[in-house]
Amino acid sequence: MSVTVYVPIDASALSLGAEAVAKAIATEATRRGCDVRIVRNGSRGMYWLEPLVEVETADGRVAYGPVQAADVPSLFDADFLHAGQHALALGPTESIPYLKRQQRLTFARVGIVDPRSLDDYRAHGGYRGLAKALRMGCIDIVQAVLDAGLRGRGGAAFPAGIKWKTCLDAPAEQKYIVCNADEGDSGTFSDRMIMEGDPFVLIEGMTIAGLAVAATRGYIYLRVEYPHAQRALLAAIAAAEAAGFLGDSVCGSGKAFHLEVRMAGGAYICGEETSLLESLEGKRGQVRFKPPLPAIEGLFGKPTVINNVVTLASVPIILDQGAGYYRDYGTGKSRGTLPIQLAGNLKRTGLVELAFGATLRELIDDFGGGTASGRPLRAVQVGGPLGAYIPPSRLDTPIDYEAFAAIGGMLGHGGVVVFDDTVDMAAQARYAMEFCAIESCGKCTPCRIGSTRGVEVIDRMLAGSANERERNEVLLRDLCQTMIDGSLCALGGMAPFPVLSALDHFHEDFAGAADQAAH
Amino acid sequence: MKRAIDITVLPEIPENIRTAVLEVTTRLKAMPGALLPVLHGVQGALGYVPADAVPLIARELNLSRADVHGVVSFYHFFRQQPAGRHLIYLCRAESCQAMGAVTLEKHIRGRLAIDFHQTTADGAYTLEPVYCLGNCACSPAMMIDGDLKGRMTPERFDAWLDAEAT
Ligand SMILES: Cc1cc2nc3c(=O)[nH]c(=O)nc-3n(C[C@H](O)[C@H](O)[C@H](O)COP(=O)(O)O)c2cc1C
Ligand code: SF4
Ligand code: FES
Repeated sequence: MSVTVYVPIDASALSLGAEAVAKAIATEATRRGCDVRIVRNGSRGMYWLEPLVEVETADGRVAYGPVQAADVPSLFDADFLHAGQHALALGPTESIPYLKRQQRLTFARVGIVDPRSLDDYRAHGGYRGLAKALRMGCIDIVQAVLDAGLRGRGGAAFPAGIKWKTCLDAPAEQKYIVCNADEGDSGTFSDRMIMEGDPFVLIEGMTIAGLAVAATRGYIYLRVEYPHAQRALLAAIAAAEAAGFLGDSVCGSGKAFHLEVRMAGGAYICGEETSLLESLEGKRGQVRFKPPLPAIEGLFGKPTVINNVVTLASVPIILDQGAGYYRDYGTGKSRGTLPIQLAGNLKRTGLVELAFGATLRELIDDFGGGTASGRPLRAVQVGGPLGAYIPPSRLDTPIDYEAFAAIGGMLGHGGVVVFDDTVDMAAQARYAMEFCAIESCGKCTPCRIGSTRGVEVIDRMLAGSANERERNEVLLRDLCQTMIDGSLCALGGMAPFPVLSALDHFHEDFAGAADQAAH
Repeated sequence: MKRAIDITVLPEIPENIRTAVLEVTTRLKAMPGALLPVLHGVQGALGYVPADAVPLIARELNLSRADVHGVVSFYHFFRQQPAGRHLIYLCRAESCQAMGAVTLEKHIRGRLAIDFHQTTADGAYTLEPVYCLGNCACSPAMMIDGDLKGRMTPERFDAWLDAEAT
């Protein structure tokens, strides 16, 4: 009987050699006359163990990792096809503590199923949410999303149900669902993992959104840095179309839903929803004034629901298991689970899906295992390039939208980037300003000009004497306040957060070259 | 309705560029908001979006030349000059910085003797900065000719370069 072996096709696993491993296993199996079926799954999100090879046994899947092509002959020698002992053996995959302690709802199938197989998706509970939605009225679907307490996972954390309701109530002959797959923040990769590891869940979520607001057309706006995700989505869309889950009559319901992938152009600002819409319309990605809200006047001037990948991918389970099931995870006004991405200088980087409420320290120490370099942790940036730098004294902050806002931070897309004590926080502050200057869409002055002046002021601070430094710090703080108060969108309005947090918590790093020479 | 293609009002365009652009625009211009897909198509075919192509794209999509130029120059991904034979995207974002991207960047610039946005004299390598490849769990990251590479080090980069050169 053939043995099923899983070798991830996830972009990060490939970046560590998964393709060569899959080939080596196929070659070695042929050479030894073993009957092996290789499935290319997504990643389990334990990236320090990638490429993670799994073998299907009578007692479930067992894991080996990190496997390089050169390890493959010895794995066969050790009879890994029957869970044999080997230096890289990790035991049953589900028992690995990192995975075992998670609460995977949105990521329930990622790393488990074959992302190209619609049958596999359905065998693992896929399309049950859509089946329920097809029996419900628009308003009931919207109500379920409202009751679940699902808030946008792309950054702004706006309640998805309210956005959907606004769009539903806007009369129009054509409406759109747009998926924001621009995933621009450093330290984030959960959208990518969904699209590569379980693309059908996103397609199902978008289809349900289409039914909910009576939109017949959807677009996935995908960042150009994700060619692997593009391939996975195109294959999945084709399979869903062929099986009647997309098209003129979704599952024979008479209701149409068509889906298209559009590639972005590598501009960070196009993650902002209105500039994304401009880009989809074929224009420069410049931010639009609000109102009107996109839900009322969005893509091509029509009512449009625009949601992040993880937001939309969380919808099927809400419909399938019920709003209460999802809402019962979480804390306060942060309901459900958040896929947190551990990145930067950590031993065990990867994806951790948990109900809201765990602390940053639990994530970094218990899951992340401390710094990869073994040196002391010095700063953590949560929420991408516009997120504040958090000092070690604040690591007990729970992962919840309100708690983060209370310390002047934001959860954003759930990316956690850890730095050890070799980091130069003045350089990080300068980088944040420079990033804003490079990525500014140019529409408003505080952001377009302010960020360039900001870089210059930081340079003067670092070059000058103590006297100069104080004068320029006053100037820099003033400039930051102008950007916060006067910018049209969060790029200019939040770029000051990493800068100010670096000044507040890591002031010693701003002692300029001239001061140091004087000591 | 098919309309006869009249290029007499356009400046001289090298034949290969004209053929490539028309192939792409004919295929895609009916799409709503077709400009980005068209630019991707042209860059896919030619490796860049030549200045010569702009008037033709504009005419085919019923846009002004300024519209098209404005879009080409807004997005980091679209090139106005051809790249070298190998296109190297190096991640400069925070997670990669936390794992030594700055040192790696210095090494690569030194080794290839070029800065960002430049191509080596022999036309072999072009170096571009990128803000995050979504490979932050395996920082520092780079992408070479569409191949993603994780946990890069100066040594691993040199090994790749030496293997390419032989
Ligand atoms: C500068 C900027 C960049 C953004 N980048 C992204 C992004 O890459 N992905 C994303 O989903 N949302 C991003 N957002 C948030 C979107 O504007 C918007 O809130 C989101 O797409 C709405 O979807 P959600 O409610 O499901 O989160 C960004 C916002 C700003 C201001
Ligand atoms: S803050 Fe910056 S990115 Fe946002 S609208 Fe103004 S110029 Fe554009
Ligand atoms: S920060 Fe470099 S890949 Fe994300």
